[in-house]
Amino acid sequence: MIPTLSHYLAVAAILFALGLFTVLTRRNAVAVLMGVELMLNAANVNLVAFNKFMVGGLAGQTFALFVIVLAAAEAAVGLAIVLSIFHTFKTIDVRAADLMRE
Amino acid sequence: MRTKTKLVAWTLGSAAVVGAVGVLSALLSPAMAAGATRPLAGTFTLADGIFYAVAALTVAGAAAVAFSRNILYSALGLLASLLGAAGLYVFLSADFVAVAQVFIYIGGVLVLILFAVMLTNRIGEVNISNSTMGWASAAILCAAMLGLLLVVAFDVPWPVRVTGGAPTTAPLGHALLQQWLLPFELASLILLATLIGAIIIARKEIRAD
Repeated sequence: MIPTLSHYLAVAAILFALGLFTVLTRRNAVAVLMGVELMLNAANVNLVAFNKFMVGGLAGQTFALFVIVLAAAEAAVGLAIVLSIFHTFKTIDVRAADLMRE
Repeated sequence: MRTKTKLVAWTLGSAAVVGAVGVLSALLSPAMAAGATRPLAGTFTLADGIFYAVAALTVAGAAAVAFSRNILYSALGLLASLLGAAGLYVFLSADFVAVAQVFIYIGGVLVLILFAVMLTNRIGEVNISNSTMGWASAAILCAAMLGLLLVVAFDVPWPVRVTGGAPTTAPLGHALLQQWLLPFELASLILLATLIGAIIIARKEIRAD
């Protein structure tokens, strides 16, 4: 059985680094949100992997479920804010949104 | 024609990422095998092949999110990445988490992101995904982070104790309604607040003239 804990941690590390890169380099607000989703997914993979290989029980999986729920809430509110910014400023460049009203 | 070249380029890029992941694992895993219990011989079973395919799908999708110039391709890369992560959950014998990942992320969040992309992306605006921090500095930072995480992943002697393998859906339901009842109810409250907040934020103002 080759996939050990380190393999999962490596995949999660690559996911996290790519998500961080997305957040750092993108100016499109939706793409920034995608990067955040990638990083949350990396954390989730780590949680479930540690749950399986070290802790046992169900705590890690339950925590991963809560992370998924909060990520869904974050995506909904974040995209609503993006739509609102687009209506206000006619762009979703994150550098343009420096005011909270017109 | 241009789309075809792009498709070929993306296929080649994904294959390169897959190869890189495989080579990286092959290079790094013997170093950490000192205390591990896995057989070092070249027993490459079908399960290992599936694991590498799923991991490569995850990483290639994430790479598409990070490097694609087209935001729609980024969304499709996110689809692949989330699907691969669900496969990883299946490998970790977390069946309910995998199904929830497919339902909530792919069925909910990704559709939401696709809607946002198509509602906000104007055709003439091609340079919206230019770099804001500079590729070089961001790449250096991410490479340092990746290196640190990989060192932690492969060099720390984790006290591995493999558990599980049984179906987790029914125990998870019991745990959610007994041990974690308060967070469960709080999550429902947060979802309700999110629903109302998202509607209030995103609706169009109707001004009475």
